[in-house]
Amino acid sequence: MSEEREMITGIEVPIYLKYHFTAGEATARFLSQVRQGKLVGQRCPSCNNVYLPPRGSCAACGVATTEEVEVADKCTVESFTIVYIPIPGNPIQPPYVIANLIPDGANISFIHLLSECDNDTVHRGQRVQAVWKPQEEWDYAMDNIRYFKPLDEPDVPSESIGKVPVTGWEV
Amino acid sequence: MSQPELLSQDFELGFTYTRSTGPVVGRFLTDLRDRIIVGIKGSDGKVYVPPMEYDPVTAEELSEFVEVGQSGEVVSWCWVKEPRDSHPSAVPFAWALIKLDGADVPMVHVLRASAESEVSTGMRVTARWAEETRGFITDIDGFVAAGDES
Ligand SMILES: [Zn+2]
Repeated sequence: MSEEREMITGIEVPIYLKYHFTAGEATARFLSQVRQGKLVGQRCPSCNNVYLPPRGSCAACGVATTEEVEVADKCTVESFTIVYIPIPGNPIQPPYVIANLIPDGANISFIHLLSECDNDTVHRGQRVQAVWKPQEEWDYAMDNIRYFKPLDEPDVPSESIGKVPVTGWEV
Repeated sequence: MSQPELLSQDFELGFTYTRSTGPVVGRFLTDLRDRIIVGIKGSDGKVYVPPMEYDPVTAEELSEFVEVGQSGEVVSWCWVKEPRDSHPSAVPFAWALIKLDGADVPMVHVLRASAESEVSTGMRVTARWAEETRGFITDIDGFVAAGDES
């Protein structure tokens, strides 16, 4: 080994964790209905909060949730972040907006994409609505909704975020 | 409410790390590529293999590399009866702490043997190199009983 070769300065050491994920009753029920184009949460019998997606129990009250409540695909932005850094394996090109959204009729947020929006003016309290994939592409997945886009509706004031009825936001 | 469907699917989470090796680990790996094993000398005179970047006693930077032997002694070991996918062997093998000749601390590596009964503490073993080396710990394919390396 007389020839000079380059010094090693870096190594690739990927770690792959392989799971077999079983959804469980509440999530399976939720995804089965997402496949039909419906967002169905569960109401807590104790505090009346509606959870979407449902987890089968209320973390605040420690009780099981079984009553199903269909919520709207219109939501209010509770919080958001603008992602500028590409994530390996993620097909979405930055910058893009990830938001905590609370659907009308629910009280707890879930995470989804915002698009067709001006990233510089996205704000808390903004009204948005789901943009669904064509029905023939629906599967057991939240990405049946491609993203949410802004609605031409007045903002929800801070104290009312998470308290909008399923019928929508009226000023 | 009807009985929900049972939904399940395979799911893989990948952490695609790349690591900078720095001058010490980089040197160790570079030498492995040339089928040489080096350690580093600490302030206490001990030779550490694999080499470490900082002195365990004084915390000073270390830089005195020392080539060590490719054979050594098994200090302790653990037989893996049922290797998993990510293990470096599809057939049963041992993880062993091997103190190479010229080193003062043992290094963990793969010990290949046809049966658990052929492995013992204190046995002499020798590195068997991978056919192609690339500057990675697996350039040492594994250790085998001394005399079996070819
Ligand atoms: Zn509750």
